[in-house]
Amino acid sequence: MEQVVANGLYLGAQYALIALGLTLIFALMNVLNFAHGQLYVLGGFVTYTIYGQLKLPFVVALFAAAVTLAIVGALIERYLFRTVIKRSVREESTMLLAAGIAFFLDAVILLVFGEKQRGVPKIVDGVLNWDFRVIMPYDRILVGVLAIVSIAAFVLYMQYSKTGRALRALAQDRVAAQLMGVNVDRYSMIGFALGAMLAGVVGGLLVTITGVNSGIGGPISIKAFMMVMIGGAGVISGAIAGGFILGMVESVGLTVLRSYGDITYLVIFASLMVFLSIRPQGLMGKPWG
Amino acid sequence: MTGGARIAWVGLFLAVVLVGVPAFIAVSGRWDLYYTLTSVALLSIASAGVWLTFYIGRINIGQGAYALIGGYVSAVLVVKYGVSFWLTLPIAGLFCMVASVLIGLPILRLRGVYFAMVTLVLTEVARLSMLALPITNGAKGITNIPLPGALTLFGITVIPDFAGLADVKPAFYYLSVGLMIVSFAVLYRLVNSRLGHLCRSLQQNEELASSIGVNIAYLRIVAYAISSFLGGIGGAIFAAISQSVYPSSFTITDSINFMLNCFLGGLGYVFGPMLGTLVLYFGWDLLFQTGEFQLLIFSTVLIGLMLALPNGLLSLRFSRIGGGASRRG
Repeated sequence: MEQVVANGLYLGAQYALIALGLTLIFALMNVLNFAHGQLYVLGGFVTYTIYGQLKLPFVVALFAAAVTLAIVGALIERYLFRTVIKRSVREESTMLLAAGIAFFLDAVILLVFGEKQRGVPKIVDGVLNWDFRVIMPYDRILVGVLAIVSIAAFVLYMQYSKTGRALRALAQDRVAAQLMGVNVDRYSMIGFALGAMLAGVVGGLLVTITGVNSGIGGPISIKAFMMVMIGGAGVISGAIAGGFILGMVESVGLTVLRSYGDITYLVIFASLMVFLSIRPQGLMGKPWG
Repeated sequence: MTGGARIAWVGLFLAVVLVGVPAFIAVSGRWDLYYTLTSVALLSIASAGVWLTFYIGRINIGQGAYALIGGYVSAVLVVKYGVSFWLTLPIAGLFCMVASVLIGLPILRLRGVYFAMVTLVLTEVARLSMLALPITNGAKGITNIPLPGALTLFGITVIPDFAGLADVKPAFYYLSVGLMIVSFAVLYRLVNSRLGHLCRSLQQNEELASSIGVNIAYLRIVAYAISSFLGGIGGAIFAAISQSVYPSSFTITDSINFMLNCFLGGLGYVFGPMLGTLVLYFGWDLLFQTGEFQLLIFSTVLIGLMLALPNGLLSLRFSRIGGGASRRG
């Protein structure tokens, strides 16, 4: 049982970090970013190239992944989303754009990095063995802790920095924020860059454990959507809660339901639909966000 | 546009798809086009359903689920119970309709991205259910589905036995295109009826519509049920053409593509999904020869189109000619 909880916590920390980026972008621009999983994959490949190929320290690679993704995110917002949002009659049109960007990133990643599954050397060796009740490799623990530290840093940044305040104001009410003198265009770009950066950081962290391949972007996006739905779209605390809940449910489900065959995800998906029809806005969302 | 001009457009369209295209194929010898165009017709039927849910202001990424269910209902009935394909076709549609009413009652209360994401999950639920249910044969799917048999009404053979035909491709082409024409004609009629106007009021403001006495819950269910019906029959014919159906026949990618077809054609135009499907499917097919760059070019064009024409392809014609020219038949 302890093992299941430990696995759940570790998974949850990763998931929460992915969901945070997605929910941030959604809160700011009302855009459902289909390309979020692809941004994650890109982060993973940047880390793979710098840490695995060029043999530079892992910290450098992670930092490079964060910066690269922030730049990519900023460019996507500045030149694609902003244009389409201004010109389009219905705001759903951004979903087509997001899907197009997802395809585009998929294609670029496939062309540049190939279709092989890529892994990197472990960042730390050894396994924590607590009386055979919890067995956890040290690198997983380190990655889990790093993820939790990143989440904490992000929350503090959103809460106390000037940028964070501006972003929260934007998320609450775009027009009011503009009237109060927030540079909406600039902070939308920063917000999108921040969201993409979070995806890149998780990608960089997880490449050390699960490796990365060009096909996992789509499934990651769908998982991220689910977490955001559980917690409530556009709410930061909700994304964190959703991430940990999904991680825990997955970990427990895979253990408990194993005897019934491969139905864990069916059960998770079906119960999510039931949950959402009872509580449409998720755990902490505002109605009709 | 006057009534006469509209009839002329309808006539031209019918002549092209029913006579022009088969004649062109016979002359040029491009028999593979039949398969492509049949797929386009079927996918545009399913996309028309998605379009209708857009029309009541819901983003539907769950059409793949109904196409999959429709395919399986038809396949199971034909293979395991020996029911005629022509009977399973409406049954598949009706089954999806009933399923969509049951599913729609709770989830149609959701709006915006919430509805979009639940329907996305629904596609995945359908796929995983088909993997898990005992009757669907798991990941192996149902294969070797016999071709549709003859359909006789009052002793007259209306449709010949497909297995007895020299070439089955044109038969499926006429079947799919015929159904597509009927679906879009019904959709056009629906949108321009009282029901259609009420649906438009839902798209604009549900509370307001409700406050002046529109039964919004009922309308949402009706629109969603019709949408799922179209998805179901599209999926059923697809299963008959490929003579097989697998849990992966319709996945999230297909659901997203159905939605993209509508976006690309334009959400404000009944015939948007048809044009969108044609352009997306053919574009993808044409780019096949570019090999590894296929997806790159395709997505670049998609993004470019989105930047240039964010309101769909038909908006181009709309802005140039103006007025009611958008709803031609």
